[in-house]
Amino acid sequence: MDWFLQQLINGLALGAIYALIALGYTMVYGVLRFINFAHSDVLMLGAFAAYYLAPPVASALGTASVPTALVVIILSAAICAVIGMTIEFLAYRPLRQRPRLTVLITAIGVSLFIEFTGQHEKVFGAATKPFPTLLPKKEIIVGALRCSSNDLVVVGLTAVLLAAMWFIVQRTKVGMAMRAVSFNEQAASLMGVNVNAIISFTFAIGSALAAIGGIFYSMRAPGIEPLMGVQPGLRAFIAAVLGGIGNLPGAALGGLVLGLIETFFGGMPGLSDYRDGIAFALLILILLFRPAGLLGKLQTEKV
Amino acid sequence: MRGKEKIFLLLAIIAAMGVSCASASFNRYYLGVAIDVGINIILAVSLNLINGHTGQFSLGHAGFMAVGGYVAAKITLVWGSALPAGAQPFLFAGALLVGGIVAALAGLAVGVPSLRLRGDYLAIVTLGFGEIIRVIFQTSDYFGAATGLTGIAKLTNFGWAWGLAAVTVYVVASLVNSTYGRGFIAVHDDEIAASAMGINPVRYKVTAFVVGAFFAGIAGGLYAHHKAVLSPGGFDFIKSIEIVVMVILGGMGRTAGVIFAAVILTILPELLRGVAEYRMIIYSLLIIGLMLTRPQGLFTFGKKGTAS
Amino acid sequence: MSAALLEVERVTIKFGGVTAVCDLDMCVGERELIGLIGPNGAGKTTAFNLITGVYQPTSGSIRFCQKPTAGIKPYILSLRGISRTFQNIRLFAQMTVLDNVRTAMQGNRAQRVRDALLRGRTFREVEARVEHEAMELLKIFSLDHFHDSMGKSLPYGDQRRLEIVRALATQPKLLLLDEPAAGMNPTEKQELMELIRFVQDKFQIAVLLVEHDMKVVMGICQRINVLDYGRKIAEGTPDEIRANPKVIAAYLGQETDDDA
Repeated sequence: MDWFLQQLINGLALGAIYALIALGYTMVYGVLRFINFAHSDVLMLGAFAAYYLAPPVASALGTASVPTALVVIILSAAICAVIGMTIEFLAYRPLRQRPRLTVLITAIGVSLFIEFTGQHEKVFGAATKPFPTLLPKKEIIVGALRCSSNDLVVVGLTAVLLAAMWFIVQRTKVGMAMRAVSFNEQAASLMGVNVNAIISFTFAIGSALAAIGGIFYSMRAPGIEPLMGVQPGLRAFIAAVLGGIGNLPGAALGGLVLGLIETFFGGMPGLSDYRDGIAFALLILILLFRPAGLLGKLQTEKV
Repeated sequence: MRGKEKIFLLLAIIAAMGVSCASASFNRYYLGVAIDVGINIILAVSLNLINGHTGQFSLGHAGFMAVGGYVAAKITLVWGSALPAGAQPFLFAGALLVGGIVAALAGLAVGVPSLRLRGDYLAIVTLGFGEIIRVIFQTSDYFGAATGLTGIAKLTNFGWAWGLAAVTVYVVASLVNSTYGRGFIAVHDDEIAASAMGINPVRYKVTAFVVGAFFAGIAGGLYAHHKAVLSPGGFDFIKSIEIVVMVILGGMGRTAGVIFAAVILTILPELLRGVAEYRMIIYSLLIIGLMLTRPQGLFTFGKKGTAS
Repeated sequence: MSAALLEVERVTIKFGGVTAVCDLDMCVGERELIGLIGPNGAGKTTAFNLITGVYQPTSGSIRFCQKPTAGIKPYILSLRGISRTFQNIRLFAQMTVLDNVRTAMQGNRAQRVRDALLRGRTFREVEARVEHEAMELLKIFSLDHFHDSMGKSLPYGDQRRLEIVRALATQPKLLLLDEPAAGMNPTEKQELMELIRFVQDKFQIAVLLVEHDMKVVMGICQRINVLDYGRKIAEGTPDEIRANPKVIAAYLGQETDDDA
């Protein structure tokens, strides 16, 4: 039972990270109907932004303190929001009317460009760098269960962010416009929605969340390097598909479910080697048996 | 075209073998690159059948290559020493064939579930399959796990590489440039209309995957016996992308264009040795630029679906 | 009554909460020209999709040549003899006009993969025969000089005719035409009417026609079924339908292209 609870706690933290990143994938798919391969690299950029911002901010506000963490996170998120909007403007917007496959391939190109430019010595360099400590790390022990204060922060902050997202999408005008664009872009623009602005906004939010997810991910990882986004990005995408691509609560749910499944598998002796393969196997199963995902609705083609 | 295709094929094979015999006096380096070109032609043309002609966006071609390579290498490693030198070519041919067949089975395993998936979903699933295959080889001690296989006999020469490249081109082009082959393109253009006209989309999609995977497996076998070393890291998502870029550059569905693209994209990195560190950056900019300006590919001459 | 070519018996199909077609009874006999009309959204194209196997009925049965079509894939139904055109033209965009027709011939005159690979005499003979037959078919519809052009480059009216040619290339027993007159001017519509009568006569096939233009429907159909909100509200000869109060009521307030 203790083992179970322990895995549960770890799984929630991982799931929260996946959820944050998955939201970005699903939001972009909702408005533009394609998978933004470059999203995984935004999370990497968020981590690196934090890496470079931490020392100067820490020297002003104190190392490993709450204010430092907050400032670094917010700044990194903002930077990545701008990066996300820039990518959309330069690489995706010109292809708005083209077949979705063209944009997909472009996204792959952007992703590779960011990854390999990052690997160049003059940029980040390929070596793994240790991630700075942003928050004072305390180990919390309840009975036989141990969990890191970081994990609690991650889960807590993610919950807050998810609630904020829900509020924005369901209760604000911008959110309504986002939903309108995802249902029918043409109709939305006829209704007076500035589609370009809404899409930019979607990328901004998605990228900001990815940056935060990247920072949280790095807090648990041994270090950061330019290709670090690939695996978590892929998992987060699988989580988005699991929940139903285009469906926001689905992305959050998918993230949590995937995080939990991966953690449980990782904790089981003998199966932990296959942890990496679990996500992909799950993806294939979902697409075979329930392609719309847990919460999604299948779109039938009109004949 | 009155049976000229078969004559071309025969001539190409003979020429390849001829060059091979004379190759003792060639520069080792150039010969190596030429063999790489041959292998990449096989990869590009086989992927073109799946992606270009049939329109199934597969991002896991490196996985099929891995299957063929590992299986073929294991066969020659296990039996190579047991057979006399004279039998080596036959062992090699057999190993390649078996590698191709196992890869074709992998293609079946990937193709069948992919049947109902569209564009982006299909891309991700094939990517996932490619990764799963890589993980399997990475965790399998029989295949050397993370270190991979070493000491593979260098049985691939110019003749094998280009001879088999000619066979690949012949097979794929023959399949597509026929009334039967119109089915592939029909499934790509409009699956529902194709069904209504008596074309079985399942059969064509699966055929594309199986044939494409078979030749990718052969390419993998050739690759294994060219580099003498196989490691799972060499068959990752990046490798699949490299092959996809060749198909895109060549104009999806144009056999001649794809061959040109394979040649150029193999030679270019060698020419750019000096700026090797920028290679992938240039690659990625190439992809982006191509999609923004000329998504139909660079080498677009002649009608779609016609062979050179 | 002799068994009909196509029998649709009490067919209903529901999509979630929406009943698109309800309790539809319809039949088409050999070599008959039957019309299917109704206001927009009445379920006509859905009926086509049911007959061609794209959708499966929630209840009821469809029989073609006395064999049930339940669970049979569309391409098999095509091979059995049902062919169709589409409301929004669905030509093969990457192929020439000739190839569009050749593709439709692959099903029946199935060229074997082995032959394609061996490229021997059998292959050449089959290719030549297919090309010849396709050109003959195109010639009948005066599209043969376009044979090398891309299907999409043809003028609109010619594209619609090409779609009909392609459908005929499968050698069907029953041809379903989905709004073939859409977007045509009166002259073209007149030619279309003659074309359909000609096709029916020359190829000895049954035709089921969905069309909004009353002149076309009344002009060539032997019998007409009228749908409204997924249900059949009337069936009869053109004169009977024209006078039927239920039909008039269904169309009341709807703009028709021409006067009936």
